[in-house]
Order: sequence, then structure tokens, then C-alpha cells
Amino acid sequence: MSTLIAILVLGVIAALFGALLGFASVRFKVEGDPLAEQLDALLPQTQCGQCGYPGCKPYAEAVANGEAINKCAPGGEDTIKKIAELMGVEVQPLDANHEADNTPKVAFIIEEDCIGCTKCIQACPVDAIIGTTKQMHTIIADECTGCDLCVAPCPVDCIEMIPVATTTQNWQWDLQSIPVVQID
Amino acid sequence: MESVIERIQKGNFWQFHGGIHPPEQKFLTCTKPIASAQIPEQLIIPIRQHIGQAGDLIVSVGDKVLKGQILSVGDNPMSLPIHAPTSGTVTAIKLMAIPHPSGLRETCLILTPDGEDTWQQRHICPDFQLLSKGKILEKIVNAGIAGMGGAGFPTQVKVSTLAKIEYLIINAAECEPYITADDLLIQEHSPTILDGIKILDHLLAPQNILIGIEDNKAKAIETLQKATADIDHIQVCVIPTKYPSGGEKQLIKILTGQEVPSGVLPSSLGMVMQNVATCFAIADAVINDTPLIKRVVTVSGQALDKPQNVWALIGTPVGYLTEQCGYSNSHDKHLIMGGPMMGFSLANDQIPVIKTTNCILAPSEIEIASPFSSTSSKEVECIRCGQCADVCPAQLLPQELQWSAKAKDQPQLEKLNLFDCIECGACAYVCPSQIPLVHYYRVAKAEIRQQKLLDIKAEKAKVRFEARKLRLEREKIAREEKHKKAAEARKARMNAGTPAAKSEKSAVAAALARVKAKKAQAGSNQDIVSQADSSVEQIDDNKSQVANAIARAKAKKLAQKSQTPISTADAEQDTDNAAIAPKAQPVVTDKKAKVAAAIAKAKKRQATEQASNSDTQVLSTEETTPVSATSGAVQEPITDEKSQLPINKKAKVAAAIAKAKARAKAKKETDGNINAQPSSTSTDKPTVVPAQEQYTLAAVASNKATVTLHTETPVAISPVNKTATASDERKKKVAAAIAKAKAKKLVEKTQQASPSTSEVKISESDSKPTTEAAIAANKKARVAAAIAKAKAKKLAASSDKSQPSE
Repeated sequence: MSTLIAILVLGVIAALFGALLGFASVRFKVEGDPLAEQLDALLPQTQCGQCGYPGCKPYAEAVANGEAINKCAPGGEDTIKKIAELMGVEVQPLDANHEADNTPKVAFIIEEDCIGCTKCIQACPVDAIIGTTKQMHTIIADECTGCDLCVAPCPVDCIEMIPVATTTQNWQWDLQSIPVVQID
Repeated sequence: MESVIERIQKGNFWQFHGGIHPPEQKFLTCTKPIASAQIPEQLIIPIRQHIGQAGDLIVSVGDKVLKGQILSVGDNPMSLPIHAPTSGTVTAIKLMAIPHPSGLRETCLILTPDGEDTWQQRHICPDFQLLSKGKILEKIVNAGIAGMGGAGFPTQVKVSTLAKIEYLIINAAECEPYITADDLLIQEHSPTILDGIKILDHLLAPQNILIGIEDNKAKAIETLQKATADIDHIQVCVIPTKYPSGGEKQLIKILTGQEVPSGVLPSSLGMVMQNVATCFAIADAVINDTPLIKRVVTVSGQALDKPQNVWALIGTPVGYLTEQCGYSNSHDKHLIMGGPMMGFSLANDQIPVIKTTNCILAPSEIEIASPFSSTSSKEVECIRCGQCADVCPAQLLPQELQWSAKAKDQPQLEKLNLFDCIECGACAYVCPSQIPLVHYYRVAKAEIRQQKLLDIKAEKAKVRFEARKLRLEREKIAREEKHKKAAEARKARMNAGTPAAKSEKSAVAAALARVKAKKAQAGSNQDIVSQADSSVEQIDDNKSQVANAIARAKAKKLAQKSQTPISTADAEQDTDNAAIAPKAQPVVTDKKAKVAAAIAKAKKRQATEQASNSDTQVLSTEETTPVSATSGAVQEPITDEKSQLPINKKAKVAAAIAKAKARAKAKKETDGNINAQPSSTSTDKPTVVPAQEQYTLAAVASNKATVTLHTETPVAISPVNKTATASDERKKKVAAAIAKAKAKKLVEKTQQASPSTSEVKISESDSKPTTEAAIAANKKARVAAAIAKAKAKKLAASSDKSQPSE
């Protein structure tokens, strides 16, 4: 009799907790993929596609689903470190296929060479190029992510990637190289 | 509880946390009068000398300017104009090193003085009370006045605040150990300073004006007290000497007991602070119409023979000033701009004095070791003594900050309120381990600022990317919608029932039927074309039972006959040119022609295989072909003879030949490219384009070959044709279909060919020529197809003519 009661009691408790869990899973359901969102926030948002995905978000989703974490060339080591921390995995060196220098750059159109083909405008993932058919195009430097995607489609090779100049606004202290030498 | 004023009157001040007492060095300069400004040979005037944006230059190289003339204008509230400190010529506008710890270069205007020091027209205004507030503010802006205590915040922004001001605090504390510029300015020019204070009083209407001054400036205090004796609401507050009491937040705490919360401006607490030098500049600007073109600079340090305060024109190179003060140590120069506690080392002595420069320090090596010398880096590990936390005036935890800064732990740094650090250097001063703590904080601050900028940029990029995606999606939907609507409109128009609609309808129906028929033809043709690659037997599928029987009988006969033509064909054929094969046997029988074609086809196939294996072995191909050709010839005719419509078959064969030929050529070309490219990438453009061109030429040639075959057929096959019904119609269609199929194949091949070439490319930029070439080849292919079609039509017409004659 006591065994029966024990089984009964345990069964009731199990059912109760089951119901509770079931209710919780419905009530506290998380919309979307929070991990992918967090990963997306870590990525540099250059939308360059060097990782093989069409933009940062798709790559974030892929990483959340087990893709390698070392494919973001613009983010470089820092981003890999952050992703590794978030995912709780080992830090890996940047994928050899995606080895690229991640010095910040912006695209620049050599305006006298531009033929106004609009190919770069179609390629730009962040709409940072202004221009129209048979009119000279130009880059909005502030909006340019330096993703490089406009360089290849240009039929006249008039787009250059220029490293962002150091100004007093973005200058970084470097304690190792304090002896500043000005040759003028 | 007693009020703030009561406490001040009693001399009871509050205390800020921490602070240090570095050894006083003011005696070096505090007793000497301010030396008058001398004009150097050249003035270097940076266009941005304050916090905020630079204005736009309104003078150009070669312009003659007068003293006080405005040189730049800006429409941004945070931009300030600059002025010509003396009369002279603008000799250059270029990038020069500016007074900044980085030693970076910014746009500077180079003014060569003419030595006459001619003023521009000035409008002296003895009574500022007659001016409106707006007019005074305008004068302050136009004079380019920025906070002269060191930060360089545009003054008009501070004084145009709408908040109700309780305390106007005049900062005369001057807590840095060496600097005496404000002290001397008060001693010599207290009436002007008082005018400035009155102007600020007029603008801000504060309840009380507090002048904070450290008790180590006896003469200045006396002068100020005398000057303000008859003004009730001005209190001269003599505060105990302690570094950094001159900091804005620290002075507010000392005088009023209030703490300014992190990230809040003092104006929101009803307080505005101005430096005494700024008051002087305001008075000069409003009353004497003199813009900010000179300031008092303390040139001090034990490396100088006669340290003193000087009136320096803005833009004077610091080297000129130190020379005036007897800088003997010409080698191994170490100059500091600003005080010893908060200043920074200069990269060279050609850096100019700007609006915020209050001190040039030329210390001896014993006084302050140069950071460039090897003896200066004596930093050892932190021993956790906690002295830094005791002296921090912002009540931060310098030691924890240091660890986080070294670990680049930005979230933790922000949690520890790094941005409340005023970089006063008290922690580094007391550190027994000689850790340059402030340097670590500056590095960390710059990094965090940079990271924030990047984050903002990333967020913006994300938003723009998403917006673009949405836009593209929307455009796609809109386009589809438009097409749908257009189609519906067309339908509606056709169903309208008018005669025009009916005719249109029938025309459309006819066109549809035509397209259908064409498609069917092209489909069967394509089948055969593709089958020719893999197995010839599949053609059987298309044959009817009756045809089979007839064909078999014919095939037997042919098998016997074919032995001879093969040998002749072999002898005459030149391996590469399939078109020669049919030509070689002028008017034999249609069967013979077919056999020849079959041989050519087989040969081509063989050649193709060979070419793909080793593209250079053309000779060996020749050797192997006869064997396979024979077998091919035996097979081909049999299947051909099974055909119900020999002409159709022929056309197919011709297509196959052309195709095989084109493929062989293409392969050779691409192989050739592959071989050629790795060796020299620079010649990519020339090699690829001709290759595609040749390829297209090959296609055209094969088309011609087909046509040649056809031109022969009417004569050769005419007996068969006579029995066939509507054979001409078929022919026409077949020719068109072949051309179409060919063009298709060609396009496919060009597309295949271009990736294969681009794969071997080393640099990205080289891929462009390929795509270009591919596009060109595509176009050519289309042109070729069009030509072929036209030719086929002609052919059909000519066969029409020839038939009646037979």
C-alpha cells in the first residue's frame, strides 16, 4: 500500500512539475535567437562578406549554429577573442583564407576616371555611394565601412581603398613609441 | 545652518578629497613683470586651437593682413575664428605640428610679419552697458575666445547658458607648481579683469561672484581685494594651496561644498566658472575690440637663464620664446607645454603657442627627466600601497583602474568611472613604484573613445544594411506587381471584344504556337546534341518502328559501301577542319556525305578528348583517329539511316561537328590560357580576350560548316527529298534550332571557360578582364547565332528554288 502511495505521490509531483515546465516554456518563450543577436553585436558590421556569408548577421547566425568563429577578417583577433568568450570555446587564429590586414580603410573614387556605370552603387552593402547613370559617383566617407566590395565590380579600376588618416580625434596613445619625431 | 557666503566670509572652506602638495616653483617667475610681446620672424597659427571645430579660412596665400584681422569663419556654435596676431603676409597654409601630445600635424596658417604691427580699424566701446547681451555675445564669438585655463572650451557657449546662475566662479587658483601667468596678469591688469567680470555679471546676472585664489599669491590677492572692495556681491576667496584646487569640480567643491555629478555640467547646478585670463580677454574684446591674439605665457624651468612671464602672440613658436628667456641647453631639448603635472612633452620647438597655452616648461634633467631619456623609465610593479587612492581628487581607485587599463578591460574601466579622471597626475606623483598611471588612463580613454566611435559606426552600418535589404525587397515586389498589372491589362484589352483585340489575340495565339513548335524542335535537337556526347544509341528513341525497318535495310548496304569513302576522307582531311570533309566529296551520295560527317564528328570527339588530356599532342591525335573514325563511321550511318528524315539527321550531324570543333578549340584555348597565366599575370588581359575571340570565330566557322553541309544537301538528297513531305519547312526549323542550340552551348561554354581561367588568377583585379571577355564572348555568341539563323533562312529559300528545277 505504501509503495502505491509513494508511486502515486511521485507521479503527481512529476505531472505537476511537467505542467509547470510546459507552462514556463510557453510563457517565457524567447523570440528569435538571442545568441545570434549577441554575436551580431560583436561583429564589426562592415557587411563585407569575406566570411562567405551575405552580411554580418547571417554569419552571426551561422556561428550560433556551429560555424567556425575565425572567419571575420575586419574584426581580426579582437573579435575572435570576444566571440570565443561568448561561445565558451577556444580562441583560434584568423582563418588563413581570410587573412587580411584590418587597418581601417575607406573607399575613394578617382572621380576623373569614373564612367558612371553604377556598378559600385549596386555592390555597396550600406548605400554609401552616391551617383547615377553616366554621372560621376562619389563615396560618403563617413558611411563607408571599408568592405572592399565596390572595388571588384568597377570596370575602370577607379576605386581605391585608402587607410583612414590619423587625426587628433582618433589618435591612440602608444606608450611604446612616445619619442615622436617630426621631420619637417 | 550658515549659508555658503557666510562660511566664505569666515574663511571656512570645504575640502575636496585627496590632493597633493608638490614643491612650489612659482618663485622662478612670480616676481618678474610680464615681458612685452616681441614679434618673431614667422607665426604658425593652427586653424583649430580649442575644443570643437575649426572655421573655414577666408584668406589665401599671398594676402596681406592687418593686426586683428579675422582669418577664418565658422557657422558651427563650437567653431571659433582665428585672427592675425600682427600685420604681415600669409606666406603658406600647410600641415604643421600642433600642440598635441601626438605631435600630429594639422592645417596651419603661416604669417610672415611685416614688423609694422598695423592695427585694423577698431571700434572702442568704453561703456559695455550700452550694448545688448546679444551684441556682447557676438563680440565674444568674433574675438575667438576660448577658455584660457587649458581646456579651451568656447566661452560663448558657457556664457550664453539659459540656466539661472547662482554662482559665477572666477578661477584664479592656478595650482600647478610652476605657472604664474594668472598671478602676474592679476597683479598688472586687475582693472581689465574686473571689467571682464562685470561683463560676465551683466550677461549671466549671478547672485554671487566668487573669485577663487590660492593663498600663495599674496600680491594678487591684495590687488583683487582692493579692486573689489566696493562691490558687494564679489567675494575674493583665499583658499589653501593644494593641488589640484584649480580643477573645475574641485574648486566648486571647495567654494560651495557641492559635488558636480559625473556627466553633468556645472551650469545645471547654477554655476559657471571662468578663468581670469578669459575675463581679461573678454574685457579686451568687448571694450577695446581686440580679438584674442596674445596671451601671457609662463616660460619657466631651471634650464632657462631668465625664466619669466611673457606676452606671446598666438602662433609664436615655443623655440622663439625659450630663446628669449635664455635657453642654453640647445642640445637634447626637452620642452613641456602646460604645467609639469598635466602638460605634455613637445616633439620639437617649432610648435606654436595657442589660445590655451599657459606655460612652457624647460626643465633641467635633474628637475624633470625627459621621457625620451633612458633614465626615465623606472616603473616597477605596483605594491598596492593605496596612496594613489588617498590622493585622487575624483575619489577613484587608481590602482584598480591601472590593472583594468593594462588588461584592456573596457567595461570594468567604465564601471570604475575612468571618465571622471581629470588626469591631474596626483596618483602618479605619489606612486612609490613610479608607475605613469595617468599615461595608462589616457591610453585607455582614447581606446574607449575610439571603440565607442566604432560602435556607433557599426550600428549605423547595420541600420543602413538592413534598410538597403528592405528597399531591395520592396523594389522587387513592386516590380513584380507592375508586371502582373501589365499582364492583366493586356489580358483585359484582348478580351475586350473589339476587332482590334481579336486580331491581336489571334496574332498572339499564332506567336505562341510558333514558339511552342520551335521549342519542341529545339528540345529534340538538344537531346541529340547532348546524346552525341555520351552515347549514339540513344537516338534510337526518336525513331519510329517503321523507320527502323527501312533504316536497317539501308544500313546493310551502306556498311559495305562505307569502307571506301573512309579512306579517302582520311587522306584528305586535315584533322582540324571538319568543314573540309564534306567538301572533299563534292556530289557523291547523301550517304557518303553523312559518313564523312560522321567521321569528322568522331575525329573531333577524339581530338577533343586528346586536347583535354594534352593539348599539344595534335600529331598523335591524327594517328589515333582513323581507328575510332572507322567505328564511328560504322555506327553513325546506321543510326542515321534509321532516321525518318535524313535532312534532319544531317543537320544534327553538322551541329555536332560544329559543336565538337568549337569545344576542342575552346579547350585548347583555355588550356593555353591556363598554361600562360601563372607565368605572367600582367598579360592576362591580352591573352584572355583573344582567346574568347578565337573561340567565337571558331563558332562562326562551324556555323559556316553547317551551312556548307546544307548547301550540298539539296543536290545530294534531292531524291529522298522528293518523297518527303514538307521537308523544306522542317529544314528551316532545323536550321534555326541548330543555330539556337549552338548559341546556347556556346554561351554555356564561354561561361565555363571564364571561371576556369579566373581560378588560376592570382590577384583579384585580374578577374575583371575575364568577366569582360565573357560578356564580350556572350555577345559574340548571340551575334553568331543570329548569323546562323539568317543563313539557315537563306538556305531554306535557295532549296525552295532548287527543288522545282529537279
